[in-house]
Amino acid sequence: MKQFIGFLRKEFLHIFRDPRTMMIIFLLPIVQLLLFGKVINTDIQNSKIAILDQSHDNTTREITSKLMSSGYFVLGEELMPGDDVEDVFRKGKVKMVVSFGTNFEQTLERDGKVDVQLLADASDPNTARILTSYASGIINDYVKKEKLQNIQLPNQINTEVRMLYNEGLKSVYMFVPGIMAMILMLISAMMTSISISKEKELGTMEVLLASPLKPIQIVLGKVTPYLLLSFINALTIIIIGVFIFGVPIKGSFIFLMAESFLFILMALSLGILISTIAPNQMVAMFISVLALMLPTILLSGFMFPIENMPLPLRIISHAMPPRWFIVIIKNIMLKGTGIMYVWKETLILMFMAFVFIALSIKNFKIRLE
Amino acid sequence: MEKVIEVRNLVKKFGSFVANDHLNFDVFKGEIFGFLGANGAGKTTAMKILCGLSSPTSGQVKVAGFDIYKETEKIKRNIGYMSQKFSLYEDMTIAENIRFFSGIYGISPSDRKEKQEKLLKDLDLETAKDSLIGSLPLGWKQKLAFSVAIFHDPKIVFLDEPTGGVDPITRRKFWDLIYEASDRGITVFVTTHYMDEAEYCNRVSIMNNGRIEALDTPENLKKQFGAKNMDEVFLKIARNTE
Amino acid sequence: MKTLFYVIQKEFIQVRRNKTMLRMIIMIPLLQMLVLVFAATYDLKNVNIFLVDKDMSSTSRELASKIDASPFFTINNTSFNPDEGEKAILDNKDHMVLVIPQGFERNLIRDDKASLQLLVNAIDGQAAQLGYSYAASVIRDFNKNIIAEWKGLPEFNTPYQINSVSRFWYNSELEYKWYMAPGVLCILVTLIGLFLSGMSLVKEKEQGTIEQLNVTPIRKIHFLAGKLIPFVVIALFDLSFGLVVAKVVFNLPIVGSLWLVFGFGMLYLLGILGLGLFVSTLADTQQQVMFVTYFFMMIFILMGGVFTPVDSMPHWAQVVDEGNPIYHFIRVMRMVVLKGSNFGDLIHEFIAMSIIGITFLSLAVLRYRKTA
Repeated sequence: MKQFIGFLRKEFLHIFRDPRTMMIIFLLPIVQLLLFGKVINTDIQNSKIAILDQSHDNTTREITSKLMSSGYFVLGEELMPGDDVEDVFRKGKVKMVVSFGTNFEQTLERDGKVDVQLLADASDPNTARILTSYASGIINDYVKKEKLQNIQLPNQINTEVRMLYNEGLKSVYMFVPGIMAMILMLISAMMTSISISKEKELGTMEVLLASPLKPIQIVLGKVTPYLLLSFINALTIIIIGVFIFGVPIKGSFIFLMAESFLFILMALSLGILISTIAPNQMVAMFISVLALMLPTILLSGFMFPIENMPLPLRIISHAMPPRWFIVIIKNIMLKGTGIMYVWKETLILMFMAFVFIALSIKNFKIRLE
Repeated sequence: MEKVIEVRNLVKKFGSFVANDHLNFDVFKGEIFGFLGANGAGKTTAMKILCGLSSPTSGQVKVAGFDIYKETEKIKRNIGYMSQKFSLYEDMTIAENIRFFSGIYGISPSDRKEKQEKLLKDLDLETAKDSLIGSLPLGWKQKLAFSVAIFHDPKIVFLDEPTGGVDPITRRKFWDLIYEASDRGITVFVTTHYMDEAEYCNRVSIMNNGRIEALDTPENLKKQFGAKNMDEVFLKIARNTE
Repeated sequence: MKTLFYVIQKEFIQVRRNKTMLRMIIMIPLLQMLVLVFAATYDLKNVNIFLVDKDMSSTSRELASKIDASPFFTINNTSFNPDEGEKAILDNKDHMVLVIPQGFERNLIRDDKASLQLLVNAIDGQAAQLGYSYAASVIRDFNKNIIAEWKGLPEFNTPYQINSVSRFWYNSELEYKWYMAPGVLCILVTLIGLFLSGMSLVKEKEQGTIEQLNVTPIRKIHFLAGKLIPFVVIALFDLSFGLVVAKVVFNLPIVGSLWLVFGFGMLYLLGILGLGLFVSTLADTQQQVMFVTYFFMMIFILMGGVFTPVDSMPHWAQVVDEGNPIYHFIRVMRMVVLKGSNFGDLIHEFIAMSIIGITFLSLAVLRYRKTA
């Protein structure tokens, strides 16, 4: 037991004596949370648009001001008739051009209808879709309120919308679980695999194996520091998420930590497995990035909804542990569910951890022979 | 005799730790100068300073007639170096390594070809020209590293523990190469902790705790300390300074 | 000058012999273009809707079938109980619940107005916005149709009608992959450039060959250029490889000049590799290089507008972004590839990228010392 403690202490020292990596480990989740919480979001707002107004009458001016005061748009350019619209798009100055033709108001009065052109830069198709949708909605609203106040329109369907679980439409709610998954994968899986591979590469692994330490103690010793670090990080992320960004924990906090612990275990065992396969650090890193980090970010539902992906990718995402973890976390934090709703996902994670550990033990035994 | 290295009051500190404590010595042209001492005595530190790899805390140093502070790049043109880690690229062949290093020293391709042929013949490695360095046994790597280090006919070649990890016969063969170089007029500055190699040098200095405790020919040192071999000289010095 | 040639020659020999690197050079573009572009889609399809139809009138059934018929939506489940709908969202089975209250048809005919309720899972803000705007437009369309049906007019004309006519330029089919591909190419080029060159430098440090080089008369500039230029070339090669894959697999149009693409690519790479070199002069081990590089890359990519719009970022972040090379490079890529922008349109980006590039390169050169 004493040897184990000594070994454990060495492992901790290894890590703490590397200030750069330590800094990154603790800074990374905080920076990510800040980024996702305060900086980036997927909502479309303050998009730069341009107005090409060839009439400059009351109606066009009223519509323009209604558009500008909506919060969705910001005036990027005021175009003159004869200006090349393509130019503002090619220079990337605006995302959409609202174009009023000549004699706008007169045409409206005379014919009862008139067109407004919404020219959208569809190189970013989602923004284009949303902007045109907002713009036409605002214009329709204008027509109803300003022009048709006194006229009772027949058969109007009014759609009330309630945004659930995230009334403020805050993207951070979606990202906190994903960030947790990513950071835990990074520390538990990737760093563990690198740490063990490094010993293999430097040859010190053999020294350890020749010592009175049992293999299981070596592995535990390697893994424990990262277990601790991961746990601290998970807590940090949750604390920042809750207290700074107001992400709720509607479910049980203990349950949340328990599931996180399960995920950390799974990630640690995955890290060990990778280290049994990789002959040196560089390969361990390579495998970790390719097989862990990228899929975690891409295929786990972290940033991109899985439902939208083509079938083959959706199938692959089932094999991604982070995918299940994110579902669990979202449920616990945002929907407040208990084990009844996430038992399937929990079981999957347990199964994966079991498989990884079994494979690692097998590989380890082979090496020792 | 022409001095190729002049060191006056060289001090090198790392924080409060004094690695080199007021070193004073000269090295003459064509000498084989042994820079001895136990591990951690400050040999490698001093040598790195002489090679322009690190700068002194204070003191005057001249190598090949150039000032270490102001003319470092000129020094580099005139010296060769072989580090403890052997310094040839493991993932390139002998020929590729030679081509690279001779290119950096400005040797023309035709000159290079000539010298390369001679080198391979002398070392008996003609067939291995296109072998990766990583595939060669340690002894060959050492010889090659040395030969590449003097490929550009430098005035001085610095060798940092060049014979680590090989058997005595291979070491002896390596020293044949050193003798050849010395005969050609190249000054050899070699650090080692193998005391028997000290016997092969013209003069040796023995460092301990950052200071030079002795500097003379092996013969004189043995007489001075009443020792049968350099090992004993070293032990006596080490004990005296305890 | 000749030394530079020898240094570059050596680097290429080493890359060629490094099987891991070679595999990365081929695999990473493929992986990125095939997986990342397909995965990184905010395109909304297959939104599952839970229908609560308490009215069961012909009108409500018509509305339901119209929604189901839309390519975006699928009515997955129905029930009379809205709570079950919320539960379905909880269970992640459905994304939205449409509640048609009892008396819908009657209210519509008698009172001329009726309400619907839409419950949207808003955890993903953009998906919610998009989903809602699609649903709203389907409902609006439906509204227009039944008005026309009931009033017997081809299209009911209010006295005032302002039609918004949307025209989608440069990507009329709204193919999201065309938007992502240039972004992914940027990431690709960044990954290859940064990692490969950084690792190469640290490997020399760890092997000890860097000491050997420091002793030679090789000039610092030549050494660093030798660490940089081969990887610029390799990264540009990967850029073209990626473009080819994009063209073949999803028919990416390349409207603008390829010279501009590669020219700006080179400018970008010089900057980002300068950063990579600078990081490796600060780090001792490959692990450190990896982490620090990952750290910066992540920040640059996330803030650079690859996946999320820069316009939505707070103002101070947009200012900071002026120093983000990825931000500028992505803009250039998207503008040149999809819109055919020419150099005159990109002066601002050119200046920004040049300043950034020169800064990072200078940092690397200044920081690297042959003599410790």
